[in-house]
Amino acid sequence: MSGNNEMIRVEKLNKSFGDLHVLKDIDLTVKESDVVVLVGASGSGKSTLLRCLNFLEIKNDGKIIIDGEQIETKTHDLNKIREKVGMVFQHFNLFPHKTVIENVIEAPTQVKGIKKSQAIKEGKELLDKVGLGDKYDVYPSTLSGGQKQRVAIARALAMKPDVMLFDEPTSALDPELVGEVLATMKELADEGMTMVVVTHEMGFAREVGDWVFYMHDGKIVEYGHPNELFDNPKEERTKAFLSSIL
Amino acid sequence: MSHLIEVFIDTYDLFLHGLWITLQLSAASLLIAFFIGLFFAILKISNFKVLEWIADAYIWLVRGTPLIVQIFVLYYGLVEIVLIPMFWAGAIGLAFHSGAYIAEIIRGAIQSIDKGQTEAGRSLGMTKGQTMKRIILPQAFRRAVPSLGNQFIIGIKDSSLVSFIGLQEIFGVASSGGSNNFDYFTYYFIAAIYYLIIVLALTLIVNHIEKRMAKSD
Repeated sequence: MSGNNEMIRVEKLNKSFGDLHVLKDIDLTVKESDVVVLVGASGSGKSTLLRCLNFLEIKNDGKIIIDGEQIETKTHDLNKIREKVGMVFQHFNLFPHKTVIENVIEAPTQVKGIKKSQAIKEGKELLDKVGLGDKYDVYPSTLSGGQKQRVAIARALAMKPDVMLFDEPTSALDPELVGEVLATMKELADEGMTMVVVTHEMGFAREVGDWVFYMHDGKIVEYGHPNELFDNPKEERTKAFLSSIL
Repeated sequence: MSHLIEVFIDTYDLFLHGLWITLQLSAASLLIAFFIGLFFAILKISNFKVLEWIADAYIWLVRGTPLIVQIFVLYYGLVEIVLIPMFWAGAIGLAFHSGAYIAEIIRGAIQSIDKGQTEAGRSLGMTKGQTMKRIILPQAFRRAVPSLGNQFIIGIKDSSLVSFIGLQEIFGVASSGGSNNFDYFTYYFIAAIYYLIIVLALTLIVNHIEKRMAKSD
């Protein structure tokens, strides 16, 4: 169900932390409505790549083109870009001093200037959608990990982003809570949301992903449709990785 | 004991007047100190070397000299330039002093907030300023309440030092009362009782605030 419009295009992206070269000449294209899954061992650079896409990390070199526009940190208002690129974190990062609904309406009211009553109405719809219709007024500390992550997804969606980035969204969850978050993400994918997902959930990658990219040591080793990559990996590295986790 | 109670009752008016000045002085100086502290805390985490140096210099200056010296230098220095009421000379001196400690408390509290909070705010399109004001500072203040309460208690007790530039707050009242009647022990003992009452009241208020804020944790 991929569109033809390129949402994200990355060319020869390089990123270093001091002497540590974490991303090496990364090329990546994400088309509208695509679900792109990044897999690889810890330290392979997949989270850093994701964080470069909404400029939480600033690239050293290369091009990042979002919705047809090449973004430069000097000339672009990164806040405007981030409005279009939602992000969900491994550790949820909900605002603990705000209730669930306050978490969701914070950015729409503060950043977009949407009226509070309107933001609450839309926020409640989003919370209903992620199955938390009865949790508007509680504080995040009273929620389970899976519920927190679903609030975080609703919070990101409240900005009506064009792309959603997921940085290991289920890695901090108890095993029995993983399913509810993946189900929410699948629903989102089915609605046509463009998504880039860093995950260790290979079942999700296979079922929901349009493309899977395998990263090792800061490089993209191989990519393809999930069935190709999982069933017929071409590179030795990919084979070794897959046999280690499957 | 009966003598103490007798003097306590006799000096009730005088000490209440002193108490009122202590309270005003503490409130004014700590309010100013809070904003001074917030300002220098933000300078310290600004990532601009020059601003950090300014904050470091201020904190070094305050921590490196006794409060009584600061009060005298400020008072005698200021009256050379502007005619400033004694009360405000004292309040500004105390604020200048407490501000440095409050700056360190607030800076520590801000830096103790998980980096993910800033990232979450920024990833939603909020500016650095919005994220600081709406996400980081409210959490930092909660975390700072016990330390701030402690610093406020120190500030109240330190306000006794401005009696040396002539303010008749609690300690000033006790000093003049004690020497006029040649009864130092009784007057200073009564002063101690008044300070204990103020500090007790503030402690209860801080405890109450802490309890109320615990509800979201």
